[in-house]
Amino acid sequence: MAANPQDDLINVEVDGAPVKARKGAMIIHVTDQHGAYVPRFCYHDKLPVAANCRMCLVEVEKAPKPLPACATPVTEGMKIFTRSKAAIGAQKATMEFLLINHPLDCPICDQGGECELQDLALGFGRDISRFTERKRVVKDKNLGPLVSTDMTRCIHCTRCVRFGQDIAGIPELGTTGRGENMEIGTWIERSVDHELSGNIIDLCPVGALNSKPFRYQGRSWEMTQVPFISPHDGIGTNLFGHVLRGKLKRVVPRANEDINETWIADRDRFSYEGVLSPDRLTKPMLREGSTWREVEWDEALSAAARGLRAAGASTGTLVHPSCTTEEMYLSARLTRGLGSANIDHRFRTRDFRDRAADLLRPTLGMPLTGVETLSGVLVIGSNLRSELPLLAHRLRKAVVRARAKVAVVDSRAREYRFPIETQIARLPSEWVHELAGILSATCELTGSQPGEAYAGLLRSVTPTDAQRTAARALCNGNARAVWLGAMALRHPAAVDLRSIACEIARLSGATCGLFAEGGNAAGAWLAGAVPHRQPGGVAVTDSSGLDVRGMLEMPQRAYVLVGAIEPSADMADPALATRAFESAACVVAVTPFVTDEIKKLAHVLLPMGSFAETSGTYVNLEGRWQSQTGVSKPPGEARPGWKILRVLGNQTELSGFDYQSSEEVREELARVITERSGAAATSVLATEHVPAIAAIAGSADLDLGSLDVPMYDIDAVLRRSPALQQTAIAKASKSERAVS
Amino acid sequence: MSLSTNRVPTSDGHFFEPGSGDKVALLNDHTRHEIDGWISRFPAGRQRSATLSALRFVQEQNDGFLTPELMDAVAQYLKLPSIQVYEVATFYSMFETHPCGRHHVSVCTNISCWLNGAEDILAHCERKLGIKVGESTPDQRIFLKQEEECLAACTGAPMMMVDHVFHEHLTPAKVDEILDGLK
Repeated sequence: MAANPQDDLINVEVDGAPVKARKGAMIIHVTDQHGAYVPRFCYHDKLPVAANCRMCLVEVEKAPKPLPACATPVTEGMKIFTRSKAAIGAQKATMEFLLINHPLDCPICDQGGECELQDLALGFGRDISRFTERKRVVKDKNLGPLVSTDMTRCIHCTRCVRFGQDIAGIPELGTTGRGENMEIGTWIERSVDHELSGNIIDLCPVGALNSKPFRYQGRSWEMTQVPFISPHDGIGTNLFGHVLRGKLKRVVPRANEDINETWIADRDRFSYEGVLSPDRLTKPMLREGSTWREVEWDEALSAAARGLRAAGASTGTLVHPSCTTEEMYLSARLTRGLGSANIDHRFRTRDFRDRAADLLRPTLGMPLTGVETLSGVLVIGSNLRSELPLLAHRLRKAVVRARAKVAVVDSRAREYRFPIETQIARLPSEWVHELAGILSATCELTGSQPGEAYAGLLRSVTPTDAQRTAARALCNGNARAVWLGAMALRHPAAVDLRSIACEIARLSGATCGLFAEGGNAAGAWLAGAVPHRQPGGVAVTDSSGLDVRGMLEMPQRAYVLVGAIEPSADMADPALATRAFESAACVVAVTPFVTDEIKKLAHVLLPMGSFAETSGTYVNLEGRWQSQTGVSKPPGEARPGWKILRVLGNQTELSGFDYQSSEEVREELARVITERSGAAATSVLATEHVPAIAAIAGSADLDLGSLDVPMYDIDAVLRRSPALQQTAIAKASKSERAVS
Repeated sequence: MSLSTNRVPTSDGHFFEPGSGDKVALLNDHTRHEIDGWISRFPAGRQRSATLSALRFVQEQNDGFLTPELMDAVAQYLKLPSIQVYEVATFYSMFETHPCGRHHVSVCTNISCWLNGAEDILAHCERKLGIKVGESTPDQRIFLKQEEECLAACTGAPMMMVDHVFHEHLTPAKVDEILDGLK
């Protein structure tokens, strides 16, 4: 390593201008940095260099032939000409070859208007073709429900192939045949199944790979592009929504190096189909006996307010963990205004003990970019690729590029596209024992003593080889992390797991991560959408507030459901939830969807804008606040959740519900958080809870399926996305469920 | 064509019915032994380099052509993604990825051989076997592979290659003798 980065700089000349460049950098890096555009197809910042399209040929002094800028390292004194006659000539010649077999079907091609080949043909193509022979035709491939193919348009840049090799970690596509017969495909017919595979749509510089659900749905120049945030996981993936005549037509990535780089998960890309689901609720509805009547907002809201005022302190509020922070905050204020502390968002959680030890919010424990430099990771109860696909991608980078070591405690062995030191696959009922073993092995390895609370626990524990391997993997290098995934947090002994994991982290000097599910679980904690914390994370002195389980076991007179909640699919115990709602005098559902189930349980239905139709803020697992404005208008009379809650606050005659905008709500919450930061809960795991392994012996009959929720079943929007439901991932989880 | 649900099309217009599970069992002991020999010639972890040789032995084991199943077997044996084996198998003309006769015959029709009557030789082969170039005899004995480009045996033109063996100074009579000698 050079002590001084200046030592690594050399002098080169780009189009006559002297510039400094890093030694060993490729010409295209240097020209890009200095604003000299070199046309390219196969080169991509995030992919390994292939140099097979030859579009980036530039002239270099003393080189006999033009050189590919993407694969030629700069050297001292190199003179590069990107716009010289020789360079432009080479680029134009390449373009002529590329266009030989490319069909002239731009008018019916979805890529038209956003096509790199089209753009560059304008600059470097001839206006007429000299090629009079027959163009080749390539049969289209069926790559599954997400990606459409028009393989005749392919120019063989191999970006999609390299994506499979380098990013997904499994090459699904390849180049078969050669010369005129070369094709990109899977050769035997099969779909591309990786959870990030939709990204090849963006990578493809031509119209060969496109979005299947978006096929023939709109032209890029007719649509408006609006930034927003993904609500499906705690990454906070940055997205653009493309809107045509008020309708969300597709979703594409918004590059953000710190969060999602240029990638998005398939569920971020295709969940918009769920937003357009036919069962959207578009008018407020009231139940009279067993019949439902569409009513005006006024009537619906006053009916809801009446019901809630009558229930008062016997109100329970459930906020979906993918709601915006504003919706969470207003729900919390509304509930507390009614004199109740029963509010929660942890629908699939089973273990609510040890409230005092709860963190300020769920956390990654580090910035997302930091994951790439980790050296040892212990992942507990997480199907990482399905829970947080982009975090799994970052971890893959750490393993593949920086040789990080990873150990996993899971309910079964899963396919990771990178080497794992050990996968301890055990029934969830045995996880606490496994962690105790790993804790013991960590003590052995680090020569440290466990905290007093754990000493008794470890007395009867001898670590197995696998547990020792896991401890060694975690203690590799100095950048260590212990992660508890959604499965661990849904576990009936989640607090025991958390407690031991925390001790393992303390002894090994690792940071601890808690990956609560939902796009905004962190926001929920900060906004006070838990029974034992006020907004800002200050403990509530009165401990009477009930968590999800409590308020369902002790039925309340009224319930408020905020967000796309389907009790049968979103709750740890659907039967319990159904019973509680059925016995309530008033259930107000603020929801984007209307189903037979909700019609049976609710008394008032208030149509709410989905995640794409509301302004608001999401807090990701890093603690990063990201606000959006709302991509499209809610359908019919549906309104953004924060507006509905605000008016509900007015109607129940609570004070301070006079917000004019969601920004006002956010600012008020931000102020509260700053004011209370002194008294707020800690954001570092520390717990005095003494785990009692014997206590969880009864959880052996735990339903495995309810811990491991399939990645396209986690929320109501995904369950309504037809394309995602047809993927191999969704089908596999469905057939598994059918068997079990 | 009626398709059973298990049949999967391949890019070159054929179909196969993939079996499941461990396909390595499809490789016989001799093939495995040869592949192991090639793996040992490369640094550990670089077993992908043995793909080409592995395919050669597998094709030999299977009487002259590869099937997707066998390619999957090679992929599993070498711990590679299947597509990387398909890529190699479809790129090289020495591999056949659909059923064909067990003896591969290719007549050179490049310039030296052409000037020395290669076209007549080829026409003789076609007439004698009753098949066109690219086809196999119905008894799967002979596969008239392709019109070969120059194989660097111009001194012996016209020539043909039978199962990687060169036969030079061909005459119709000599071709008859060679082809009749193939079992």
